[in-house]
Amino acid sequence: MEGVFLGAALFSIFAVILICVFLFAGGLPAIGKIGVFSFLFGTEWSPTDEPASFGIFPMILGSLYVTAGAILIGVSIGVLTAVFMASFCPPRLHKILKPAIDILAGIPSVVYGFFGLVVLVPFVRVYLGGSGSGILTASVLLGIMILPTIIGVAESALRAVPSSYYEGALALGATHERSIFFVVLPAATSGVMAGVVLGIGRAIGETMAVILVAGNQARIPNGILNGARTLTSNIVLEMGYAADLHREALIGTGVVLFVFILIINLSFSYMKRVKR
Amino acid sequence: MTLKMYLKYPFSLFLRTVVVLATAVTCFTLLFLIGYILIKGIPYLSLDLFSWTYNSENVSFMPSIVNTIIMVIGALLISVPFGIFSAIYLVEYAKRGNKMVGVIRITAETLAGIPSIVYGLFGMLFFVTTLKMGYSLLAGIFTVAIMILPLMMRTTEEALKSVPDIFREGSFGLGAGKLRTVFRIVLPTAIPGILAGIILSIGRIVGETAALIYTAGTVAELPKNLLSSGRTLSVHMYALSKEGLHTDQAYATAVMLLGIVLLINMLSTMMAKKIEKKS
Repeated sequence: MEGVFLGAALFSIFAVILICVFLFAGGLPAIGKIGVFSFLFGTEWSPTDEPASFGIFPMILGSLYVTAGAILIGVSIGVLTAVFMASFCPPRLHKILKPAIDILAGIPSVVYGFFGLVVLVPFVRVYLGGSGSGILTASVLLGIMILPTIIGVAESALRAVPSSYYEGALALGATHERSIFFVVLPAATSGVMAGVVLGIGRAIGETMAVILVAGNQARIPNGILNGARTLTSNIVLEMGYAADLHREALIGTGVVLFVFILIINLSFSYMKRVKR
Repeated sequence: MTLKMYLKYPFSLFLRTVVVLATAVTCFTLLFLIGYILIKGIPYLSLDLFSWTYNSENVSFMPSIVNTIIMVIGALLISVPFGIFSAIYLVEYAKRGNKMVGVIRITAETLAGIPSIVYGLFGMLFFVTTLKMGYSLLAGIFTVAIMILPLMMRTTEEALKSVPDIFREGSFGLGAGKLRTVFRIVLPTAIPGILAGIILSIGRIVGETAALIYTAGTVAELPKNLLSSGRTLSVHMYALSKEGLHTDQAYATAVMLLGIVLLINMLSTMMAKKIEKKS
């Protein structure tokens, strides 16, 4: 029986290998054909033109901008909320807040996307101008979506700080707020950063919500109210009708995304190890 | 501290205000999102939407619900045994300092971090194309089964770890073997934790879209068998939002999805309470 258990456990290794093999075998040939440089840094994506050009630089930028915006919003609100939950919140309120944030984590991304489409997009269109779908809208929506991730990790990092730190700060005459912000929070930095990295991974990999609110224009974004297309949306939008080199180039887009994610995951596990 | 004391330390007052504001924003967002969708959507939940046939006049979500249920059951049938067995290996059998354990942990972590669209691409390349399943429920089931595997592994592992060693020692002391101890003593004790993992996995599957569009496909009718294509509720929701023709029905679908999420959260909170009581 131990063999059966070991076999099941080895299955996850097998799955990772299988995913790598099929993704790289599907995408790398196209990247080779197009040329690594012109694929990664080509500024024009027009797969149906003659001759077609496959530059995913606009999508890389799109993903980076949208993610950066989401981190800006999600981290500031998320870390502050985590501070509240760890150090300011009466236990009774905590009992309500914690499951509420779990609900936020459980809402499917397509529901977030729909909410963005019917609430955020019209709001931005009316009050800030433009079409309403763009980097700003996507950033706000993604910022909301990564909140539970950041709050969860940051709160447990804050709680893991020994109470002697806090007590020491109080004894030196600092107020409760100052002790939390200038002693406890800095001590929890590595844990909080791990949460941020996890949030980056979530944001960069998110697809369905972004498609519905980002505008999806495949050109270099110029302004936060203008539309942008991310790596993830590029795949979903065009895979339905793509053929031959176009299809392979989309898989290549997936490979680039996969490599990004692997780098982010590695830095996350590295940070967790540093914490220990 | 009283307000008077805070006036002496304006910076502390500022910090406190900021923290409370941020929490208020988080709560407001959650309440607004749920409230908005429920209030706008519930009136559109008509009986027509529960009709068994889908056509362009009546974009019924009943077939999608059936597909979702098939998807959940199929994926759980695969990943629950795999998840539980690997957790048993990691917790009960692996020796301390076993190199394999580290590798398995890292790969499980990697699997957990892969975005769903990459699973979708892999599923399309492997199950749909290479294994010639075509866009089918079966291809979707395999894809999401791999996707929820790390979640099942992690939750089961934690559940097994929380079983006190005394239980195992007692069982050994009474003469039971390793296998009997695992199946008769450890697993039954860990059931609430494992159930919590299963509930979380159901939530993941129900909410999944990106991994299913190019594996299970987007056909909106009742499936004939596991090899026919079918959209789940989330994919249905995406299709409706993207077309923009049936916004009312999209609201109603959002209500269904939210309802499922809320139900799942209630169940997992109940499970968590049960676990707490035991320990």
